[in-house]
Amino acid sequence: MTTEKKVTLWIDGAPVTVPEKFTIMQAADTVNITVPRLCYHPDLSVIGTCRVCVVEVEGQRNPVASCTFPVAEGMRVKTSSPLLRRLRRDIVELILDNHPMDCQTCTRNGTCELQKLSYDLGVRERMFQGKRKRFPIDKSSPVHRNPEKCILCGRCVRVCGEVQGVHNLDQQHRGFHNVVTPAHGHNMLDSVCIHCGQCVNVCPTVAFTEQDGTEAVFEALSNPDLHVVVQTAPAIRAAIGEGFGFDPGTPVTGKMVTALRMAGFQRVFDTNFGADLTIIEESTEFISRLTRNERLPLITSCSPGWVGFMERFYPELIPLTSTCKSPMSMLSALLKSYYAEKVGVDPKKMFVVAVMPCTAKKFEARRDEHKAPWGAPYTDAVVTTREMIWMLKCLGIDFKDLADGAFDSPLGVSSGAADIFGATGGVMEAALRTAYENVTGKELTQLEFEQVRGVEGVKECSIDIDGKAISIGVANGLQNAKHLLDRVLSGEKTYHIIEIMACPGGCVAGGGQPYPPRGMHVLDPELARMRARALYAIDGAKSLRKSHENPAITALYGEFLGAPNSHRCHELLHTHYEPRFPRGVK
Amino acid sequence: MAPPKRGFEEIQRLFEQKYQARMRITVGSATCENAAGANEVYERFRELLHKHQIKDVVLSRVGCTGKCDMEPVVTIVSKSTIPSKYIHMKTDKVDRVFESHVRKGVPVEEWTMRYAAGIHSARQVVAVCGGAHCLKGGSVKLEQVFAEEVAKAGLADSVAVTSSACHGLCHAGPVAFVYPDNVLYQKLTPEVVAKIVRQHLGKRRPVAENVWQGERLTNRFFPIFGDVHFFGKQLRVTLRNCGIIDPENLDEYLAVGGYEAAVKVLTEMTPLETVNAVTQSGLRGRGGGGFPTGVKWNFALSQKSEEKYIICNADEGDPGAFMDRSTIEGDPHTIVEGMIIGGYAIGARQGYVYIRAEYPLAIQRLEIAIAAARKAGFLGKRIFGTEWDFDIEIRLGAGAFVCGEETALIRSIEGERGMPRPRPPYPAVKGLWGKPTVINNVETFANIPVVILDGPDWFRSIGTEKSKGTKVFALAGKVANTGLVEVPMGTTLREVVYDVGGGIRNGKAFKAVQTGGPAGGCLPAAYLDTPVDYESLAAAGSIMGSGGMIVIDEDSCMVDVARFFLDFTQDESCGKCTPCREGTKRMLEILQRITGGQGQEGDIEKLLRLADTIKKTSLCGLGQAAPNPVISTIKHFREEYEAHVRDKRCPAGVCAALLSYAIDAAKCIGCGACKRKCPVACISGKPKEVHAIDASRCVKCGQCFEACKFDAVARK
Repeated sequence: MTTEKKVTLWIDGAPVTVPEKFTIMQAADTVNITVPRLCYHPDLSVIGTCRVCVVEVEGQRNPVASCTFPVAEGMRVKTSSPLLRRLRRDIVELILDNHPMDCQTCTRNGTCELQKLSYDLGVRERMFQGKRKRFPIDKSSPVHRNPEKCILCGRCVRVCGEVQGVHNLDQQHRGFHNVVTPAHGHNMLDSVCIHCGQCVNVCPTVAFTEQDGTEAVFEALSNPDLHVVVQTAPAIRAAIGEGFGFDPGTPVTGKMVTALRMAGFQRVFDTNFGADLTIIEESTEFISRLTRNERLPLITSCSPGWVGFMERFYPELIPLTSTCKSPMSMLSALLKSYYAEKVGVDPKKMFVVAVMPCTAKKFEARRDEHKAPWGAPYTDAVVTTREMIWMLKCLGIDFKDLADGAFDSPLGVSSGAADIFGATGGVMEAALRTAYENVTGKELTQLEFEQVRGVEGVKECSIDIDGKAISIGVANGLQNAKHLLDRVLSGEKTYHIIEIMACPGGCVAGGGQPYPPRGMHVLDPELARMRARALYAIDGAKSLRKSHENPAITALYGEFLGAPNSHRCHELLHTHYEPRFPRGVK
Repeated sequence: MAPPKRGFEEIQRLFEQKYQARMRITVGSATCENAAGANEVYERFRELLHKHQIKDVVLSRVGCTGKCDMEPVVTIVSKSTIPSKYIHMKTDKVDRVFESHVRKGVPVEEWTMRYAAGIHSARQVVAVCGGAHCLKGGSVKLEQVFAEEVAKAGLADSVAVTSSACHGLCHAGPVAFVYPDNVLYQKLTPEVVAKIVRQHLGKRRPVAENVWQGERLTNRFFPIFGDVHFFGKQLRVTLRNCGIIDPENLDEYLAVGGYEAAVKVLTEMTPLETVNAVTQSGLRGRGGGGFPTGVKWNFALSQKSEEKYIICNADEGDPGAFMDRSTIEGDPHTIVEGMIIGGYAIGARQGYVYIRAEYPLAIQRLEIAIAAARKAGFLGKRIFGTEWDFDIEIRLGAGAFVCGEETALIRSIEGERGMPRPRPPYPAVKGLWGKPTVINNVETFANIPVVILDGPDWFRSIGTEKSKGTKVFALAGKVANTGLVEVPMGTTLREVVYDVGGGIRNGKAFKAVQTGGPAGGCLPAAYLDTPVDYESLAAAGSIMGSGGMIVIDEDSCMVDVARFFLDFTQDESCGKCTPCREGTKRMLEILQRITGGQGQEGDIEKLLRLADTIKKTSLCGLGQAAPNPVISTIKHFREEYEAHVRDKRCPAGVCAALLSYAIDAAKCIGCGACKRKCPVACISGKPKEVHAIDASRCVKCGQCFEACKFDAVARK
């Protein structure tokens, strides 16, 4: 055990002993004093811009920002005083003075950190009101950017650079004209943005938000000519309950299905089915490449944030990336072919809605590769978990007390392997369950691959399959993926298969998931862990836990697709990628 | 080992031989002088010298001569005569100066500075020390004694008596300097003075027993080719070579003792001894903060790190400030030398000069200096033949004011957006690329060779108890003689404004002096006797700052002055922290409201409250100091604010929205001049009849007021 050097300081008159590397804010946290804060985020670098967290330190001329100021032996700190109350109030008022102040019509009404802070700090009147900055809203991409709501805390800049390695955002212009934008003032679509939506998640207000998908869904639901169906991603069932008072990590699959039926969807399908199918296709692709020892490692392609990142920053990895569509896009393609044929519906009169934990899925859905031969997208609308929560509330559906419903057949039947797709390492684990049995022909008894579970940024292991050591890499969060891939490209590491999920923790912490409950924060590893636990619990409780044992999948191949990786499969279930550079870059 | 001192001596000899030329013409050629036509003047001299095949006259460009209101300035020096400084030179004037002075040796007196100062007949100048210590020893009286004795001896026409700044020889005082003979007298009494006048001034035989025989320290700081009177109460330590040597000529820098300090440090001193010398000198950061330079160096020296950096902050950005630019344009090698010494002291092998891109001439001269130093082996590997490596790179700033803040400057050098980061950790611990880094201002570096060569004790002898040495100011505004001036710490504001600056222009009344740039404050007449030092200025409600000094007269509105500075800082705020970004904007809005005639009861209190919040919570010095001009003007000129807010009146008659124009019937003769000028045709009246202004249509442009020759347009 390493012995950390500790210091004792005095906070509001009481001694506090903490490691010497702590800041005053961290020290205060240990004794349950929450210094008010805004720009601070525990999982991002500390930059001390908002100045809300000022405290008084004896011997310092001015109050200091507690989030950045290091503790010292014998230091005397005051976290509350008439001066500090006034300063904090004034600072928050200054932020409000340059804010639209349209709380009632704002999508973050009730969850906004600024709103809460201004209440907590007692901003009850506006003393310094003046001109307000005016900027147009950038609606070019699935992630909308509204600089007027921006309070310049810099969290989005940090998450985009530090966690996702994208560095698409930074502050531009000076002083009052300061604005967070992509480089050269390009709009989000022309930039290197990968639409992962982590900026949406960390924003204390709503300077970033997802493109609205709800209006189109409401309209479709009220159109009697349309056959409206919905599919829900694995991660939704572990998080949607949070919107209705459930603790994070409470699985609410049954209530969700019932609620969606009440909302008017004619059929409720499970993206899990697409996940099982993905496993069949991807493991077939993997085994074929492995046998021929070509184009290795295979890199998964379920995460559209990762696909966007790969196309922008690692186009050289296009040949290594699995050609499998994501579970959502596979299922949508089948809905408008196999299912439509089966139930005798004109696929052109179908409206497929996907509820996703993800903002990048909105981009994926509108890509040309995911369009049907008649030109319409296979997935007509994508709404995030957040959006669906709001829709259900809007419809007055009393979610909490609903009876459990069941997904529609056959595209609602799924294995436990599909459920765990929502957590980092889950795709890999699901693939291993199938690949192992397919290669060895033996039954896998130990289904849990603990080596790939957990929220660590990079996980590696080696699995013995039929005497062959299969080397595996798993990364979540694109900065972590970058580290892993750079080592692969430099030849330092070799893997046979790599799973990458763009969001830290995987889809359970995707850019479209509910804002965290009080006491937790976005990027909180514990939040991702709790949601993931729900998925692993669902998997553990199922008797069907391997994708290739899913009878509906077997039926689908028999009736419609033929063999895995067949020509038909390629038409409907596979895709291709192309390098995407921001405007002005070749 | 080092190019031994012998090498310097050789160069020195070469140099002296070079200037055994009959005459030397130097053209002040800094950015502002070039803008005033110095380049054309230089070219004309060159053409004429070439045309007449004159070989024994050296023509060179020098840096800033320090006299903004007189430029272009040309100095002509020939041996044993008082140099002639020609002011307001033009190419046509060059022709006559060339004919008369260069060819025939007869100065064109009426174009010289001494003619303007009324002492043109003097052939010798006695500068009696005006420093505090010598004054106690009776200097003032001695100046009188000199004058009386000179008059008695019938030398009044050929000898000028003046007072000078401290010579730094307090223990030998009172002292006086005779020019151009370069003789310094010590321990003066009235009797000695009488003897000097008789023997020396009369017969050119120095009074040997009173001649200062030690190392002639102060001589190095007197312009060797200059004009003593010209500098008045100044003491040029930092600017010792500016306007005197050719900044693009390494030989000239060597001739005035250049790089001797660097050689001394590298060959005779340890890094710790070097740091201790700087600490002992009492030198404090000249960028404005006033942090003891030696202490800062010591922090960096005590850091264990293979890589360290030293940075010269030349990102001078205060409106109207040009101290650093002039220093680099006039004496770039001194910065290079200061950085070599600093790098050695803290253990940095790489230096950076961060200079704003708007200073092309300074950059060019610095590049020339760095290249020459590299060629001479003063920069690069094994400098001066020692084992020490040191080199300097120039980094250009893109013009953001905040990049003068050290953490923002570091970010900018790293290639990031120049925004400050919270301290601690301080740059001396974690700076450029995370390594221990010392950042010093140009003026601080310019002092370093002096501290080393003349010793910390000599340096300490100048200035006040807590502020040692001199300070350079860019004296601007409504003062008669604007310019780049350098005075010993402790000189009063009154002395700077009146003695050095020549008082207020056009006989107007003094209202305030603004020091410290946008981070500083405005001090009224009651504070004129405040000594220029860090503590006194801060106590008076302003700051030393980097050296901007703007004199404000009765025609200026103090609310408008505050608005001007706040407009600047709010525009230059980087936008990172809330109080500076949002708060300065709100303060500016309130000031605009007040000057625009829309002031409300309570606005002054709101300004003070915002100012306090911004000062106490901003992330960096820019924000913490931004409200200072407002705070100090409210403190000292609150009644002006109140007049704007309550009476909707601008006492200085500046704020257009608060003015009204009316025609005084008693004075109007009906000439129609105002009517013709009015852009909105709101003045009516028949010729030779009293005119009238329709106030409802008047746009308050003031053209009628300017046009009326009979004071018949009244402005209220």
